[in-house]
Amino acid sequence: MSKQINVALIGNPNTGKTSVFNALTGLNQKVGNYPGITVEKKEGICKLPRGVKAHIIDLPGTYSLNASSLDENVVIELLLNKNDKDFPDVAVVVSDVENLKRNLLLYTQIKDLEIPTILAINMSDRMNYKGIQLDIPYLEKELKTKIALISTRKNKGINQLKELIANYKELSVAPCVNASEIDTDYFDKLRQAFPNQLLYKLWLVITQDVNFGKVDRNEVDAINSFKTKSKADLKRLQQKETIKRYQFINNTLKKGQTIDLNSAKDLRIRLDRILTHKVWGYLIFFVILLTIFQAIYDWAQVPMELIDGAFAALSEWTKNAMPQGVFTDLIAEGVIPGLGGIVIFIPQIAFLFLFIAVLEESGYMSRVVFLMDRIMRRFGLSGKSVVPLISGTACAIPAIMATRNIESWKERLITILVTPFTTCSARLPVYLIIIELVIPEGRFLGLGYQPLTLMLLYLIGFGAAVGSAWILNKILKIKSKTFFVVEMPNYKLPLFKNVALTVLEKTKSFVFGAGKIILAISIVLWFLASYGPGEDFNNAEAIVTTQYASENMSEADLNQKIASHKLEHSFIGITGRAIEPAITPLGYDWKIGIAIVSSFAAREVFVGTLATIYSVENDDVDTITNRMAKDTNRATGGKLFTLASGISLLLFYAFAMQCMSTLAIVKRETNSWKWPTLQLIIMTIFAYIVALIAFQFLK
Amino acid sequence: MQVTLADIKRGQQGIIIDVSSIHIPLKLLEMGCLPGNVVELVQVAPFADPMYLNINGTHLAIRKETAIHILIEISNV
Repeated sequence: MSKQINVALIGNPNTGKTSVFNALTGLNQKVGNYPGITVEKKEGICKLPRGVKAHIIDLPGTYSLNASSLDENVVIELLLNKNDKDFPDVAVVVSDVENLKRNLLLYTQIKDLEIPTILAINMSDRMNYKGIQLDIPYLEKELKTKIALISTRKNKGINQLKELIANYKELSVAPCVNASEIDTDYFDKLRQAFPNQLLYKLWLVITQDVNFGKVDRNEVDAINSFKTKSKADLKRLQQKETIKRYQFINNTLKKGQTIDLNSAKDLRIRLDRILTHKVWGYLIFFVILLTIFQAIYDWAQVPMELIDGAFAALSEWTKNAMPQGVFTDLIAEGVIPGLGGIVIFIPQIAFLFLFIAVLEESGYMSRVVFLMDRIMRRFGLSGKSVVPLISGTACAIPAIMATRNIESWKERLITILVTPFTTCSARLPVYLIIIELVIPEGRFLGLGYQPLTLMLLYLIGFGAAVGSAWILNKILKIKSKTFFVVEMPNYKLPLFKNVALTVLEKTKSFVFGAGKIILAISIVLWFLASYGPGEDFNNAEAIVTTQYASENMSEADLNQKIASHKLEHSFIGITGRAIEPAITPLGYDWKIGIAIVSSFAAREVFVGTLATIYSVENDDVDTITNRMAKDTNRATGGKLFTLASGISLLLFYAFAMQCMSTLAIVKRETNSWKWPTLQLIIMTIFAYIVALIAFQFLK
Repeated sequence: MQVTLADIKRGQQGIIIDVSSIHIPLKLLEMGCLPGNVVELVQVAPFADPMYLNINGTHLAIRKETAIHILIEISNV
């Protein structure tokens, strides 16, 4: 077998790079992380002509090789390190046809590293519409490469691109721009000091210190001693370099590209007039949010009921089909309800991911950044914090990673610290089950009470995030230079394939990630709930029978009482009752207490835990929600899930920091235990107090 | 008439004269904010901040605090 070709896809953000990646690899892709850091690493395999295979990496979007964020740094680290196993044999710079000029800046930089580089011009189907004409042979000559005109939307040119990748050895590696002309003296000295190194590579290593300071310099370590320029001077040189590159690009495009402005019909202007309007813009944003929550509720209802019923039936079937015994009980009462507790939320979580993917793909998210920047700044955040706060509704972990493009460290830190307040998809199961139990079904102005409550919870989460940001902004004394540059990409109709792959990938990792924890915890819980020490547990039957001997109880009711008694005196019951004094003032009983403790690992475990506990207690074929609705509070004798205890529980989950993975990510992103520890303590105390007030007030 | 980019009105166009201030991030230059290029104010958020610009076909938003460091010449179109 021949060696695989390593291909790196590089390009500006919003050029459709991921579409090209999807077109090349299809389903042959996997998403992982770069070692040591949490930047998403997408790689895949593509079959090329003549049986050659290519290993393709989709690198994070960047405007240049001068990194100003961790994401962008990944690109530079890879291109500077020839020993990396992913070091590309050939780079494919993906540009969109409308922003060719800007993308060529990055292209000329990569060419200077003497890596064979193909230029793929995407969205070529829009050329006529935009009045753009390209002289491809001329551009190929000037840019010293081969160009593939592609359209991922119309599925054109992909084969040509594959052909070019397969023949990468024929590409020229000569640079297009001589960057050393910006300061010949300096570059001559640099060349003399390190005669064996590529000059442009040295320059990048030196300047990365100015921009970022984290480049791994293994082979050019000695460069530290070569400090003949101040940071300000280096920055000026970088400005000069950028201007020089643009001169070359402008000259090239003057001949190679003609744009007939008259035929450019711009949808953008008309849309932006409304979508970024001072009043309409905000109104539309609000309506979009409202629609999303209403849709999550309405669309997901049918599949959820089906799943709920299916799991109850599966549990029942297992019990009948398998030989009686401990193992069958474990499967039927521990594992199946535990897993069912999470699988049921797949429809809603998938819808949420779907909406977020569409908002990002369409280009609308940048408009939200624009609209919100001024408002967010008042709270010490950036307009860019809106993206983490919105994608935090899916999961805080990618959201915290998405803070990396916030340029100011203070704004970024505050965003990281407050993002866990946003309602993540793991809270969704908890909210949904409690709302179902305590909020009536009526409608108000055509909107259901239940979706409105859900929307309110999202707003509370958002409010808590913004409010605490405001406080942090007052407290934290961090001086950092802020700047804010955000591209406003053209509006695009989201590509079905891209959206579908994102939803599939994210839902899958949510279910498997959560599924593993829930499976383990539900098995442990089942054991703890099915066994117990001492007389009370082992002789439950005798004790209960004697206790109720005088009352004339039906056998079913008596069995129910026995099961409850057993559960209360099982290991889990004993633990639960030990913590009960702490949570009684919040309106919870020991079952909820256990669920809260076990859901410290991850919030969604709450539902799985209750599902397991309730199914150990009760053998009826009934859905978990129905069982919970019937349950009574031992202390008061009334229903366990009332409006007061329900709201208290909802608020507790809105504020508490119940997620170990988030804490781990915060540790990694802030590089200290101080921030996650503070986050955990403050959020938990705050959640407890709010839940306490709510219950005492409402009961 | 030379003014800073912060003084431009919605719909107005200008030509960028100087971007050498240390307060201007390199990223802005890389996105095409360079001397000689035409800049147009497309839209402003409430309080005229941030500003949504079209610089030579690249659409981007920057804050007013950055815009005051960019020198432009307003063309009377």
